[in-house]
Amino acid sequence: MAKVIFNEDRCKGCELCTTVCPKKIVVMATDRINIKGFHPAQVIEQDKCIGCAFCATICPDVVIEVEK
Amino acid sequence: MSDKVLMKGNEAIAEAAIQAGCRYFFGYPITPQNEIPEYMSKRMPKVGGVYLQAESEVAAINMVYGAAGAGARVMTSSSSPGISLKQEGISYIVGSDLPCVIVNIVRGGPGLGGIQPAQSDYFQAVKGGAHGDYHLVVLAPSSVQEAVDLMTDAFDIADMYRVPVMLLGDGMLGQMMEPVEFKEQKGRDLPSKEAWATTGTKGKRRKNVVNSLYIDPKELEDLNIKRFERYKQIEANELRYEMINCDDADIVLVAYGTTARVANSAMRSARSEGLKVGLIRPITLWPFPVEAFQKAVQTTKAFLAVEMSMGQMVEDVRMAINGAKPVHFYGRTGGMVPTPSAIIEELKKILGGER
Amino acid sequence: MKKVFQRPEVLSDVVMHYCPGCTHGIIHRLVAEAIDELNIQDRLVGVASVGCSVFSYNYFECDMQQAAHGRAPAVATGIKRVHPNNIVFTYQGDGDLAAIGTAEMVHAAARGENITIIFVNNAIYGMTGGQMAPTTLLGQVTQTSPYGRNAETQGYPIKVCEMLATIEGTAYVERVSVDNVKNIMATKKAIKKAFQTQIDGKGFSLVEVLSTCPTNWGLSPVESLGWLRENMMPYYPLGIYKEK
Repeated sequence: MAKVIFNEDRCKGCELCTTVCPKKIVVMATDRINIKGFHPAQVIEQDKCIGCAFCATICPDVVIEVEK
Repeated sequence: MSDKVLMKGNEAIAEAAIQAGCRYFFGYPITPQNEIPEYMSKRMPKVGGVYLQAESEVAAINMVYGAAGAGARVMTSSSSPGISLKQEGISYIVGSDLPCVIVNIVRGGPGLGGIQPAQSDYFQAVKGGAHGDYHLVVLAPSSVQEAVDLMTDAFDIADMYRVPVMLLGDGMLGQMMEPVEFKEQKGRDLPSKEAWATTGTKGKRRKNVVNSLYIDPKELEDLNIKRFERYKQIEANELRYEMINCDDADIVLVAYGTTARVANSAMRSARSEGLKVGLIRPITLWPFPVEAFQKAVQTTKAFLAVEMSMGQMVEDVRMAINGAKPVHFYGRTGGMVPTPSAIIEELKKILGGER
Repeated sequence: MKKVFQRPEVLSDVVMHYCPGCTHGIIHRLVAEAIDELNIQDRLVGVASVGCSVFSYNYFECDMQQAAHGRAPAVATGIKRVHPNNIVFTYQGDGDLAAIGTAEMVHAAARGENITIIFVNNAIYGMTGGQMAPTTLLGQVTQTSPYGRNAETQGYPIKVCEMLATIEGTAYVERVSVDNVKNIMATKKAIKKAFQTQIDGKGFSLVEVLSTCPTNWGLSPVESLGWLRENMMPYYPLGIYKEK
C-alpha cells in the first residue's frame, strides 16, 4: 500500500499531476479552493495508489509527498 | 623590494596591487593600459594568483563581481572605452556592497578617441557613469610612486567600506618610467568577509547571498541610505589632497594627476617671476577636498583649474567655492597635454585682469 | 511506511513565484535532487541570472550570487577561480544565456571553465511579459513577433547545444526536456551527470532543458507540454551533443 500526501495550500491548480497517474486517481478538487484560490489536486481512491510518484515527479511546486 | 626600481607606471601599479595582497585580476587588452594585464599575466601565476583575460571588459568586471563576492581581493584595469563598458558591472558591485579596485588609465575621447593621456573621464568616475545613487572612491595619483602607495589604500578602503575604488590615472602616468619604492605598507585591521562572502557554507552557517535586486522599494531605499552613511564615513576619514604656497597666493591653480605636475612647474616659474601662485592638488577626486577651497578662498583672489579635458573638475571647484571668487579654466583635450608656459600665460591674463 | 518522494534538502521550503504549471519549478527540484544525491551542498555556490528564475537565489539552500543579465557564466568564472574546489553552477534562461550572454556562454565554454550551466529554454522572454527570444521558433507569435517570427527580418532560432558541441573546451553538453515523467527523469540524470563532470574536473558542462511558459504561450499548463513536444522538440532534438 502506498500513500500520497498533498500540501493543498501549495497547489497552483496546474493539473499536470492529473495527466500522469497510471491509476487515474489524481483529480482536481472542484468542491473547494485552497488558500491561493486554486482548486487543489487530490487523490480520491488512496487505496489504488501504487506509490509510483509520477504525480510528484511532474509537480512544479513540490506539493506531493509519497510514502510506500 | 624595498629599494628603488625604475619602473613603468602600469607595471608598478600591477606590482603594487600584488604586494597589497591582490591575487585575482580579470582584464582585457586596451591601450594605454596593456602593461597592467601583461604584467599580471607574468606575476600572478608566480604568487599563486589568477590572471584571466576575459572576452570583453563587460565579462571582466562581472568576473570581478563573482570573485569579490567570493571574498577575494580582486582588481581589473582598463582605459576609457573599456571603463564605459564596465559601468553596469560597477553598479552591480556597488549595489551588492562588494569591494574591488578598478584602474582607469584614461585616454583621449570620446568614442574610440586616441591613446594619448587625458582626464576627460572625470565626470564618469566622480559623478557616476552607471545607474543608481552611488559614489566611487576615486584616487588620482600624479606620480608612479604615488600610484604605488595609493594601491594599498585603494584595496583597504574597498574592504573597509565594502565599496569599489577607482584609481584614475592617464596614459602618461601609465607609460612613463620613474624610480619607485615598494615600501612596507602598514595594513589596517579590516572587517571579516565571512558574514557575506560566498565561500560555500561548509555546513557551518546559513547561506550567504550576494545580490542587488530588491523588488520592495523600501528595502532598496534603506540599503541606499545605509550605503550613503558609509560614504559619509569615507568623506570624514579618507580625504586626501595637497595645498602648496596657497597662504599668500593671489591665484590658486587647481589640478590633479599628472597635470598637477605641469601646474606645479608653472607655479614655480611664475613664483620666480614674482607672481604669487599656489596649487591645490586633489588626490581623492571623490571625496572632493571642499575644505581646501574653503580655506584658500579666504586669502586668494581667483582660481585657475587646469585639466586635460574641456573642463570637468572645474565644476566641482566652482561648487566648492560657491561663487565667492572667480574660477577660471584652462585645458587641453583629445590627448593634448598642457604646457607650463601656456599655464603661465593664462595666469598672467587673469592676474593682469584681462579676463 | 517510508517516504519515497519528498522535498530535496537543498530546495528551500518556500513557495516559488513561478506561474501555475511553469516547469521552472520541476527543474529547480531536479537540480536540488542532484545536489542532494551528490552531497555537494556544503561546497556549492549558485549564480542566478536575470529572467523568471532571477529569484532562484531564494530557492537553493546554498551560497548564491545574483548576476547581471547575461553575465552569470562570467560571475561563475570569478567564483570558481577563487574557490576551485567549490562546485559552481549557473541557472539561466534563453534570453540570458543565448541573447545578451552569448559571449559569456561561448567563452566560458571555450575556456573549458569547470562550471555547470543549467539552461532553461522556453523559447520566450517570460519575466518581461512574452517577447521574442533567440530560441523563439519560426512562426511563433510573441509580444515582439506579433505576426509570427519571420526569418527574413528576425533570423533563426539558436541551437545552443549544437553550437557548444563544436567548442573544444566543452566536456558535457546535453539537451533534455521536462514534458513528461520519463523525460523528467532523464533530465535529472543529465543534471547529475553535468555536476559529476564538474566534480571530476573535466571542464565545462551545460544541460539545456526544454521548458514551458503557459502564461506567455497563452496555453494551459497541460496544453503547453503538448506544444513543447509538437513544436520545440523537432527543432531542438534531445540528446547528448558532447561527452568527454
